[in-house]
Amino acid sequence: MNTELFGVVATFLLTILLAIPLGKYISKLYKGEHTLLDFMAPFERFIFKVSRIDPLIQMNWKQHLAALLSINMLWFVYAFIMLLTQGSLFLNPDGNPSMSPDLSFNTAISFMVNCNLQHYSGETGLTYLTQLGVITFLQFVSAATGIAALIVVFNAMKAKATEGLGNFFDIFLKSITRILLPISLVIAAILVFNGTPASFDGKDTITTLQGDTVQISRGPAAGMIAIKHLGTNGGGWFGANSAHPLENPNYLTNMVEMIAQVLIPIALIFALGFYLNRRKLSYVIFGVMTFGMLTFLIPTVLAETNGNPAIAHMGIDQSLGSMEGKEVRFGSTASAYWSIVTTIISTGSVNSMHDSSMPVSGAMQLLGMMTNAFYGGCGVGILNYYIFIIIAVFISGLMVGRTPEFLGRKIEAREMKIATMIALLHPFLILVGTAISSYVYKNDPSVGWLNNPGYHGFSEMLYEYTSSAANNGSGFEGLGDNNWFWNVTTGFVLILGRFLPIIGPLAIAGILANKKIIPESTGTLRTDTGTFGIMTYAVIMIIAALAFFPALVLGPLAEYFTLYNH
Amino acid sequence: MSTSKNKSLFQKDLVAGALKQAFIKLNPKLMIKNPVMFCVEIGTCVMLIVCISVLFHNDGTQGSLAYNVCVFLILFLTLLFANFAEAIAEARGKAQAESLRKTREETPAKKVSEIGKIYSDEITLVVSSELKKGDMFFCEAGDIIPTDGEIIQGLATIDESAITGESAPVIREAGGDKSSVTGGTKVLSDRITVRVTAEPGESFLDKMIALVEGASRQKTPNEIALTILLAGFTIVFIIVCVTLKPFADYANTPITIAALLSLFVCLIPTTIGGLLSAIGIAGMDRALRANVITKSGKAVETAGDIDVLLLDKTGTITIGNRKATHFYPANGINEAHFIKSAVLSSMADQTPEGKSIVELAAIDISNITINKPTHIKFTAETRSSGIDFADVRIRKGSTDAIKKISEAAGHIFPEEILERVKIISSNGGTPLVVSENEKVIGVVELQDIIKPGISERFERLRKMGIKTVMVTGDNPLTAKFIAEKAGVDDFIAEAKPEDKMNYIKKEQAEGRLVAMMGDGTNDAPALAQADVGVAMNSGTQAAKEAGNMVDLDNDPTKLIEIVEIGKQLLITRGTLTTFSIANDVAKYFAIVPALFITSIPALQGLNIMKLHSPESAILSAVIFNAIIIPLLIPLALRGVEYKPIGASALLRRNLLLYGFGGVIVPFIGIKLIDLAVGLFF
Repeated sequence: MNTELFGVVATFLLTILLAIPLGKYISKLYKGEHTLLDFMAPFERFIFKVSRIDPLIQMNWKQHLAALLSINMLWFVYAFIMLLTQGSLFLNPDGNPSMSPDLSFNTAISFMVNCNLQHYSGETGLTYLTQLGVITFLQFVSAATGIAALIVVFNAMKAKATEGLGNFFDIFLKSITRILLPISLVIAAILVFNGTPASFDGKDTITTLQGDTVQISRGPAAGMIAIKHLGTNGGGWFGANSAHPLENPNYLTNMVEMIAQVLIPIALIFALGFYLNRRKLSYVIFGVMTFGMLTFLIPTVLAETNGNPAIAHMGIDQSLGSMEGKEVRFGSTASAYWSIVTTIISTGSVNSMHDSSMPVSGAMQLLGMMTNAFYGGCGVGILNYYIFIIIAVFISGLMVGRTPEFLGRKIEAREMKIATMIALLHPFLILVGTAISSYVYKNDPSVGWLNNPGYHGFSEMLYEYTSSAANNGSGFEGLGDNNWFWNVTTGFVLILGRFLPIIGPLAIAGILANKKIIPESTGTLRTDTGTFGIMTYAVIMIIAALAFFPALVLGPLAEYFTLYNH
Repeated sequence: MSTSKNKSLFQKDLVAGALKQAFIKLNPKLMIKNPVMFCVEIGTCVMLIVCISVLFHNDGTQGSLAYNVCVFLILFLTLLFANFAEAIAEARGKAQAESLRKTREETPAKKVSEIGKIYSDEITLVVSSELKKGDMFFCEAGDIIPTDGEIIQGLATIDESAITGESAPVIREAGGDKSSVTGGTKVLSDRITVRVTAEPGESFLDKMIALVEGASRQKTPNEIALTILLAGFTIVFIIVCVTLKPFADYANTPITIAALLSLFVCLIPTTIGGLLSAIGIAGMDRALRANVITKSGKAVETAGDIDVLLLDKTGTITIGNRKATHFYPANGINEAHFIKSAVLSSMADQTPEGKSIVELAAIDISNITINKPTHIKFTAETRSSGIDFADVRIRKGSTDAIKKISEAAGHIFPEEILERVKIISSNGGTPLVVSENEKVIGVVELQDIIKPGISERFERLRKMGIKTVMVTGDNPLTAKFIAEKAGVDDFIAEAKPEDKMNYIKKEQAEGRLVAMMGDGTNDAPALAQADVGVAMNSGTQAAKEAGNMVDLDNDPTKLIEIVEIGKQLLITRGTLTTFSIANDVAKYFAIVPALFITSIPALQGLNIMKLHSPESAILSAVIFNAIIIPLLIPLALRGVEYKPIGASALLRRNLLLYGFGGVIVPFIGIKLIDLAVGLFF
């Protein structure tokens, strides 16, 4: 095995090795068992006392949703105002300006929904105050929102679930104090020791070997970079994200950041097994998701390591793979792995330029976001997968001649209605968005978004909406997206793409929890088998991926065939 | 069931009628009930407009007229095929119902008026349709019973073969559980007065026939959920096709309306959409073919979900009644004498038990002559029967009853008989103790005969995940023995009607679905409580009203067939949905390259089927999409076979057959069609 591939395999195995105990810990935490971090309890009690919340009050699914949506609304208003006025506030050593209203709108939403689509560059677009008080803050709470929503669904999946599905604020706060904060600290420490800045000083000026003076932005970045990965947020401190030498200094930090972003999504799968005492179910889910990842990863690694035939044609050596847009310190394989991980997991941080990826890789990155259920974002990944489970359970339940049931509860018309609507949402947002932008551009190319019209320009627009709908946040950065049209349209796609896929599963789980449990018999379709896993995989690929086939043909596939047919 | 009912799927007269119906069903008001096919209808109308506009003004942007007309015709055929599927299913149901209805044609009825024109209980001759609920009529040997009713007076043997196909006549009498008669059956002997229980055209059978014919069929919950999912798929593909237009414009690739509509129609799940209602109707029709009439489609579906099945022992698990199998004389009693006494006591006993004693003894009773015998009939009080002649008093009855008699006379109940009684009980038999002049002379062993093949049927049920429960009036010891021997999972011994009810309620409280069969009026509450209640046609009106199915054959094991029909119904829907959706993979690969290949020649690489030309590719895909519907009609009507091999194994099997098969088949089919279509386009 070559070293580059070995690095990727080692990274993935390390992730699993860490995710299993973390999953066990998360399960213990929400079961209310003793854990290492119980010393946080007084701090949590203090917060509840100050905010006058009784964390013992049980909430039903509707109350959970009300709590979730209302605090999110509050954060949005707060973030919007802060970004709009940051230029005249403190902690702004570089004197960066305030954001325009449409950019503030887009940025506030983007970070609230855990997407981190950035239509600005961190060095010049934000101040240290907003980097910490808005961006980093939202990176914590948005990840915690996703985890909390998932734990509520876990509670509803319990065999003896009732109306009361835990207390939202309690679950939410614990996911910050007991999971995100402690692990972020560890990651930040590793980053700092490897050269990531953690300082409130403004730009530094250095003289290069050629004698030029260069100004280098810095700031209290390490902590933010830790949570950006751990919370599957992805928004970088610097514009170049994790391709920037200060944001991701070396191969070790690259491994740490890759592990950090997959850690919680995988740990939550195992947590499901421990929490509900259905380990086999969690293994099947993990298996399907991993297989899904490999479906996208293998073609990407092959495409990237084989190099670009057009460049090879010019007589340039491609033995290192296609290196355009990639960092030499990471190499093509690790960059390929990152590009898939970051797209299936809705992180959206990048260590290479996705716009420069090979066409096949671009298609795979897009598919990663279009399916959005292989591991997926913090908490929400499993929620997306849950919808596909419901559909798979329904179809396969019929196929074995029994009214479909999941974990002992019947799936009926009402649940199917919700599941179908959520499954519809993703293609709707992405295709309609891209259709509108294609139409606008076609009728008035002077809007000037596209530097490369043609197939690649189409891919850029498709990517932007896909990334928004999947709350991913990465981009084919060739697109000129900081303008009124993109800020507003993606803003709405972001909100819909975030909250409906949280409301849907929560509602289904809540409704199911109130249904009578049907005891298992040999006629019951088990959902923790390989066969059912294959069924779920097929449902995801056919429903989520197939709808995008024509769009992919006009974008990356047209590019691919054009590139390789010459 | 008679083989004549298993006629071929497509009978000439049915097909002709169904074809006509296929056109009638094009009415948009009817089509809108099926969202998938309604979309196809809209698409077909649009194609018609395109064809007309191309005919008068062909600027070449929409392709040739012939090509457009072909697409229009194929879409139109798709619609007709789907309608035909539904129509043929309905026609088969109707034909089936018709044969039932034939028995219910106008028959003369002897109406009884309590206060007549001239005298009371006057009899007037009317036609059956004039009989109203509450009216009374009179039938005697040779009469056809004009309508459903309940016997209020008399007893008669009735030939019910017109309905059940069973030639042996049955006895119906006033009072009790066998008082109901069905219109169309024939009185063979005696005379009865019957009260009409249904308005004309609203009898139980009439209502059910209407259901089978599809007239008043309502969608079942599963069908509704599936329709929602299919509507969802349809909307996804509406989005896909509508947005494709601006995408193509951006890429400077003009797409013809015909191509876009073809893509749309191919992608939406027309296969399952077109066959969905046919599957539902066929399910009820299959139940009817098994001689079971269901009150709703939902009942058939629920039958597929049953977890617990309650069966009466007698007649279901065991053959009718107990039979004598052994004579055990008491110590010091001559065996021949004991046997003779036992036979004497049973001479006048017309119960099956009594007859079986005579049979077992192999003594010709006509050779026996006794002077002035007095036959003592069985009463619930004495719990014994027997014979008195000269100075001999022979009694036979339950252990307790005879013990009482013998002990009252000062005799001691023999130890070895007591021992034998216990052995017989624990072996599932019933002991019948015989006494002569109050002295116990022996015991006759009666045994239940378990129906041949019944334990295999229970095994099959167990593999389906259904728990079987035997209900019996026997004591727990006997019940346990029979339960084990027959292979049922549980039993209710010494069952009173409320025990059944409680058992059902208990199982339901634990979330299980319960099915039961019953015939008596005292079964009615339990039949109503059960999720699937099957009443015997021979049962009382109350039982029939309470249940949600009626078995015309009065065959208690019919439930097993009903369960399988219910499962088949769901499986057929599930597999065809999977097949329909899996087909999309190949259709994408046929149509999408064809859409763009002229402007982006490099996409030839995506044409993995190597289809002849864009036009032939699109036509082949729509043709495949259309003809797969009639090809699958037989499967939809017969139902996909259910195998009790466990849910996971069944899923694996069906996923491989219909999922993987659904991906592969259209690749082959479209390629083959393209070879032919390629000659023209």
